[in-house]
Amino acid sequence: MTNTDFSSPHKKNAPLKVALLGNPNCGKSTLFNLLTGLNQQIGNFPGVTVDKRSGFFYLKDKSKVELLDLPGTYSLFPKSLDEELAVNILTDPANENYPNLTIVVADASNLKRSLFLCTQVIDLKIPVILALNMMDLAEKNGIAINTSILSAQLGIPVVELNARKGQGLEELKLALSKNSLASEISIVDIEQIENKAINDIARVLKVNCAFASFIVANNLHNISYFNHNKEKREEVKNILELNQFDARKLQALESIERYRQLSKIIGKIVSKKNAKPSRTYAIDKVLTHKYWGYLIFLAVLFAVFQTIFSFASYPMDLIDKGFGAIATLINNNLPNGVFKELLVNGILAGLSGVVIFVPQIAMLFAFISILEDSGYMARVSFIMDRLMQPFGLNGRSVIPLISGVACAVPAIMSARTISNYKERLITILVTPLMSCSARLPVYTLLVSILVPNNAYVWIFNKQALILMAFYIIGFIAALLFAVVFKWILKTKERSFFIMELPFYKAPRWKNVGLTILEKVKVFLFDAGKVIIAISIVLWVLSSYGPGKKFENLQKNHQQALLNINANTDSLETVFQSQKLENSYAGILGKTIEPAIKPIGFDWKIGIALITSFAAREVFVGTMATIYSVGNTENTTSIRQKMIEEKNPVTGANVYTTGVCISLMFFYAFSMQCMSTVAVVYRETKSWKWPVIQFVMMGVLAYLSSLLAFTIF
Amino acid sequence: MKLTLDKLAIGQQATIEQFTDLDLSLKLLEMGCTPGETITMLSHAPLGDPIAIKIDNYLLSLRKKEASTVLVNTI
Repeated sequence: MTNTDFSSPHKKNAPLKVALLGNPNCGKSTLFNLLTGLNQQIGNFPGVTVDKRSGFFYLKDKSKVELLDLPGTYSLFPKSLDEELAVNILTDPANENYPNLTIVVADASNLKRSLFLCTQVIDLKIPVILALNMMDLAEKNGIAINTSILSAQLGIPVVELNARKGQGLEELKLALSKNSLASEISIVDIEQIENKAINDIARVLKVNCAFASFIVANNLHNISYFNHNKEKREEVKNILELNQFDARKLQALESIERYRQLSKIIGKIVSKKNAKPSRTYAIDKVLTHKYWGYLIFLAVLFAVFQTIFSFASYPMDLIDKGFGAIATLINNNLPNGVFKELLVNGILAGLSGVVIFVPQIAMLFAFISILEDSGYMARVSFIMDRLMQPFGLNGRSVIPLISGVACAVPAIMSARTISNYKERLITILVTPLMSCSARLPVYTLLVSILVPNNAYVWIFNKQALILMAFYIIGFIAALLFAVVFKWILKTKERSFFIMELPFYKAPRWKNVGLTILEKVKVFLFDAGKVIIAISIVLWVLSSYGPGKKFENLQKNHQQALLNINANTDSLETVFQSQKLENSYAGILGKTIEPAIKPIGFDWKIGIALITSFAAREVFVGTMATIYSVGNTENTTSIRQKMIEEKNPVTGANVYTTGVCISLMFFYAFSMQCMSTVAVVYRETKSWKWPVIQFVMMGVLAYLSSLLAFTIF
Repeated sequence: MKLTLDKLAIGQQATIEQFTDLDLSLKLLEMGCTPGETITMLSHAPLGDPIAIKIDNYLLSLRKKEASTVLVNTI
């Protein structure tokens, strides 16, 4: 049986398009990394949040192969948006990603389940090569597989593979270079389950493949094929209604029948010997133990936290110093003017603001990919799920939330391991409420104004107590908002926890390295663009102002500098302060004063709110500029100036207890971080969620500040 | 003896009889939990939920609420 629509003959000279498909944990990513190495890239599938991983490699005859890594799935009956993607591509020959050939990676130690997906693809009448991975593990489990009989039973080439050791690659490439055809064997005759609607649909779609018609009928609203054949969608819909087509029931029948057929095949090809007991059970006894399980997880968390919180600071300091050196170099060698200012204070500042995150991202993802690769992450999910469930979160939300205490940017990126869309989104939305390290300088400054350093409650330092209280407040707010989002957010995806606990294995260092590289690249290029753009806008706002007044300021400053007796340093400090006050940011600060007055802020704080959108810690630097403190490193003098600051009208202190606490609440809750905004945009692939998050956190910040200011 | 999967004692074996939730059954079916397959209850998570079972040759974890939709026959 041949078909017209559902095959795509490979044209000579054009690269061979190959799609990689397989169950989660089958070693698909390892094979992908092995084949493509550094020749891989992350792109977008139009309209979905799933990253498109693709790459290329060459065969012996120098012909090029384009490899597309499809999200891991157990079947062609999609349960999530990720899984829909594979179905969408494999059923639409007009789709630009439609492959000439598919490699299905199978876990030999889980042969039956792996063949379920493989034979579904075979039944779609797409050319398939079966890559039988983890043969060594199967052997350990006492399973011997006769691959030549398997190949004959399925009608497709079967290649034995050990992706972790890199064995079998040449054989796989050899199989690719032979012009493979679709199998002539159908494993399940779908027409025996349903033959009315499916045949009619096949006629409408002009395909000869009943199984393809069945898959299309199951996914009528998702398949891209109908985007350019809208009238056919209606036609198919009518057929389904007429025949009272019950997709779910038929899928269940199909699954049962397919497993029945697979059991027959497995009986012919598998012989079982004595298995060695797996070490996984013994390891699980410890890692999911009542007490040890949590203690070990706590230790792992501490290691992760310590790494991104402390160890990352060394490379971060180096990056900071490096950019500082470049800025000095430019300052000394380029003529004064707008270009130099833009270069140093706009572009370079933005660039360093992006690169500074790289050490944290790299370190967090080194940990995460080791935890994921080894199989431990699934156990974390297993022991933490019960705790996180009431908050609409998943066991896997724990790592992003805790990492959020160091920095929300890598934390949000790590939410990728949560497969349920709703739980992942909630995690992304609430993670920035955790008190990140950038809030620390702001808190420290304000707390030092609030209470003296030597104040104690019993044996506890008062400053430390207040600081800790704000960390706890952030955590509680994150959980409360998770509950709120749990009720508000609607998805058509049902939340399943059904999850495989993979057998433990040593992590692959190449996978770890490539994951780090991929995450850093994605952050630098996708989120980086947004961060640099905002950084330039902020620079313009704070270094330019409207009208004559701003120009005169510059002229007066130049003139004052000509005075022989002038103290250039103090003149510069005063000038910077005046410049900021009269800049667009300054004017904006004054404009928003009526709005922030109820929460106790004046226009000077207003300016700091605007400039510290770049990053929260900028608050301290802006305060130093506003209060003309020459040396921004010296917080004691900023603190002194702020304590002495009097309201020009009433003569009362500006930084009262109420204002300080109000400010701390504001910085605890408001989304004062362009990098987080950029990364949420990148991870959700739309501006909708960062905007909602920004507004939500802004409202929360304002209301809590208002409350704090009224009380204290 | 017939009971729901979540009620199995640790170490107890059973065969799958039928499902009471269609959506959930689809997810379990595609992962190889077909009627007649043998299931072994492995462990409960420290807080009692979720549970871990062994089926065919792999380990699966699912919440108790989900397991309660699977009817099994103890061996």
